[in-house]
Amino acid sequence: MSSLPIPFLVLSFLTILCALYVVSSKNPVHSVLALIVAFFSISAHYVLLNAQFLAIVNLMVYAGAIMVLFLFVLMLLNLGKAAEPIKSNAWAISAAISAGSILLILTAAFQRSGEQVYRNPSDSVGLVKNLGKVLFGEYLIPFELSGALFIGAMVGAVLLGKRDSGDHESAALAEEKGENA
Amino acid sequence: MNTVFQQVDISHYIYLSTVLFCIGLFGVLFRRNAIVLLMCIELMLNSVNLLLTAFSTYMGDSSGQLFVFFIMVVAAAEAAVGLAILVMIYRNTRSTTVNFLSNLKG
Repeated sequence: MSSLPIPFLVLSFLTILCALYVVSSKNPVHSVLALIVAFFSISAHYVLLNAQFLAIVNLMVYAGAIMVLFLFVLMLLNLGKAAEPIKSNAWAISAAISAGSILLILTAAFQRSGEQVYRNPSDSVGLVKNLGKVLFGEYLIPFELSGALFIGAMVGAVLLGKRDSGDHESAALAEEKGENA
Repeated sequence: MNTVFQQVDISHYIYLSTVLFCIGLFGVLFRRNAIVLLMCIELMLNSVNLLLTAFSTYMGDSSGQLFVFFIMVVAAAEAAVGLAILVMIYRNTRSTTVNFLSNLKG
C-alpha cells in the first residue's frame, strides 16, 4: 500500500481527535461543539467517497438539526456547568478495558479475514439521480414507513415534553428534596 | 486524477470506523451525564454510517447508502424522543446524571 492521500489522513485525525474530546470534555457544551466538528469531517469523508447526497444530508440532519436540538436542551436546562459526580478510577479502567478489548477483537477478526477484493468500485452510486431511482423504486415502502416513524416520534416527543398537572407537584417535591439534602 | 477510493484501501476505512465506534462505546460506559451518553450513541451510529458508505462505494452498490439514509432517519427520531425523556427526567430529579435512575433494578 503506497502512502495515503493527505486529505484522508487529515480528516481521519480530525475526526478521531474530536471524538476523543467529546468523550473527555467536562463541559457538555464543549462536547456538543466538538461533535459538530466531528460530523463535519465525516461529511467531508462522504465527499471523498463521492457520496454527495449523504454528505449534504449528514450536514443538514446531524450538524444542522440534531446538534441544534442538543444545544437547545443544554441551554434551556442550563446544564453548561452541571457538575458530574466524581467517578472512581475503577469506572474508567473497566470502561477502557471493555472498549479496548472490543477494538482488539474487531481488528483481529478483520486481519484474519484475508484479502478483500471489491469488484466494481464506482464513483457514481452516491449521486442524487441514482440514489433517487433506487429509493423511490426498490425502497419505496421503507421510505413511507420511515415517514410514519417520524410522525410517531414527533407525537411521542410532544407528549413527553408536555407539562401536565401532576408534573408540577413532583417537580416541586424534587426541589424540596434537593433543598433538604 | 485518481479518485480517493483508488488510493485508499477499504481496510483504512474499516480501522477508522472501528476506532470511532470504540471511542463512542467507551463514552457510553464511562460518562454519567445523559446528554453526553446520547451524543456518544450518535457518534457510534455515525461510525457505522461511514463504514456502510465506504462499503457501498467500493462495491458499486447503492443499497448501502440508502441504509445510511434510513439510519439517519432512525437517529433523528431517537434523538428527539431521547431528549424529550431527558427533559422530563430533569424536571423530576433536577439533574441529568443517570446515577439516580436505578429505581427499576431487580
